[in-house]
Amino acid sequence: MFSSWTAEQIREAVVSGKVSATEVCRDFLDRITNYDDSLNAFNTVTAERALAQAAQIDDNRNAKSAKTSLLGVPIAIKDNICTKGVETTASSHILKGFIPPYNATVISKLEKEGAVLIGKTNCDEFAMGSSNEYSAFGPTRNPWDQERIPGGSSGGSAVAVAAHMSPVALGSDTGGSIRFPASMCGVIGLKPTYGRVSRYGLIAFASSLDQIGPFARTVRDTALILRALSGPDPNDSTSANEPVPDFFAALTGDIRNARIGIPRSILAQGVDEDVTARFNDALEVIENRGAKLIDIDLPNAPYVVPVYYLIATAEASSNLARYDGVGYGYRAPLNSEDTLTAMYDRTRNLGFGSEVKRRIMLGTYVLSAGYYDAYYLKAQQVRTLIQRDYETALEHVDAIAMPTSPTPAFKIGEKTNDPMKMYLVDIFTVSVNLAGLPALSLPCGFTRDRLPVGFQLIGNRFDEATLLKLSDAYEQDTNWGNTTPPLT
Amino acid sequence: MLKPLTIDEVERIAELARLDLTDEEKALFSIQLAEILSYAQKIQKVNTSEVPPTAHALESQLALRSDTTKPSLKRVQVLANAPEPASDTGLFKVPKVIS
Repeated sequence: MFSSWTAEQIREAVVSGKVSATEVCRDFLDRITNYDDSLNAFNTVTAERALAQAAQIDDNRNAKSAKTSLLGVPIAIKDNICTKGVETTASSHILKGFIPPYNATVISKLEKEGAVLIGKTNCDEFAMGSSNEYSAFGPTRNPWDQERIPGGSSGGSAVAVAAHMSPVALGSDTGGSIRFPASMCGVIGLKPTYGRVSRYGLIAFASSLDQIGPFARTVRDTALILRALSGPDPNDSTSANEPVPDFFAALTGDIRNARIGIPRSILAQGVDEDVTARFNDALEVIENRGAKLIDIDLPNAPYVVPVYYLIATAEASSNLARYDGVGYGYRAPLNSEDTLTAMYDRTRNLGFGSEVKRRIMLGTYVLSAGYYDAYYLKAQQVRTLIQRDYETALEHVDAIAMPTSPTPAFKIGEKTNDPMKMYLVDIFTVSVNLAGLPALSLPCGFTRDRLPVGFQLIGNRFDEATLLKLSDAYEQDTNWGNTTPPLT
Repeated sequence: MLKPLTIDEVERIAELARLDLTDEEKALFSIQLAEILSYAQKIQKVNTSEVPPTAHALESQLALRSDTTKPSLKRVQVLANAPEPASDTGLFKVPKVIS
């Protein structure tokens, strides 16, 4: 029964003593046992650890300190975030068996608030993918239609929340990896401003783009987790020394005269008919609350996908150089006469999956002598123009709205043979990472085939509060988070 | 579309990337990388004269900390994840480098 509760409800009930953290934890673990064999959202379920943590919370409940903001709230963590003593693989064969000797900063922060780590979720290998199919643990399935992808790369976290196997979850978003699966699964996903949340302990993919953020079924739960995660960290020099506002104070429901920018020209073609219809419905709800819709232009929008894939793969090829079969992870079997370089070459080729190798190859190519200026440097220059587009637009509006994905969830296997087709599903998400902005994807209904549709709100740097305010107002008139996928 | 990369080119990149690709992978990547690079060509149309490159989303403040020693991981913790630790000497074992 608790599995339908929000994080906020769970925390209240545990703090007041109405329910025990152990009962709550068991309920979610039962859901995982019942549904995850088919969904494959979890790489590791930390049942024993979670129950021990819950028991400890229950034992200490009368202590004065036991009023923390996430007391007894189970949380699922994407498997590319380091958890001390719990296997962390980034869904890669090359990291199978890796037990981090330290916690990511976000994990320490969540545990300090009393959250209970319930498991590590499946993802595309090293967060490289949009469908959760590129995982060494096999694909994750969409709970709304198990023949379809849940979106990636944080697909396991999105499914865990959508299927009520965890009330909230963490993912990481380098080019849409939180927002895209959130929209495919009908839940909320927030990519915070670059620098808002520490990346210490996040397995690096593209360091100038990566950001950790929450999945939830309500805006208030999203704010609750964001509050716990936010703030500077001496262990991450890119975490920003910006004040963290009271996100809950923004949730007034009053969005009269808020200005919402709509980039009409990029929505004019290539967007699924049902997605367009649901997006327009969402805009109508927001308009009915007194917000104003204003047309905006993002002239460099046609270049976001190539710029993103040139920059992200270049950074990835450099970040993934560390997997060499020496300090940790997998090492290929060797013969006595094998050299050190043979060990590197074979370990990496057997340890990485196909998409990761494709991206390392592409990134190495664009950084190599003779191609650097034409591809990498040029992409960084166009990145500047994409950033300026957003800065200009956001001078006139409080937030920008657009669909999170041009289509609803596609079939498993539909795009894996055509990398370019797979990359193009990121068309509405990658620019936000290039510009370092915060963006929140929230559900806005279903297609005629009963597949979830999501739209995203993009805001000014460090202004997650406005996104939460607008989303909360929208949610008060819709509440798609209350719909549950048909699981048997 | 660009013509496929030559197998020589693929091998040169694979060597830089330290990947011992199979022949099938080389053939596949020679086509797929060309397709992706061909799509990426469209950014050449953008006028970027006098546009500075952006390496990072935020001009980060230079984060400095005091130069003091702090506890680090114990050697045994570090070696615990190694595929071939030489635990008695506290080292990582690799194939012979000097003959």
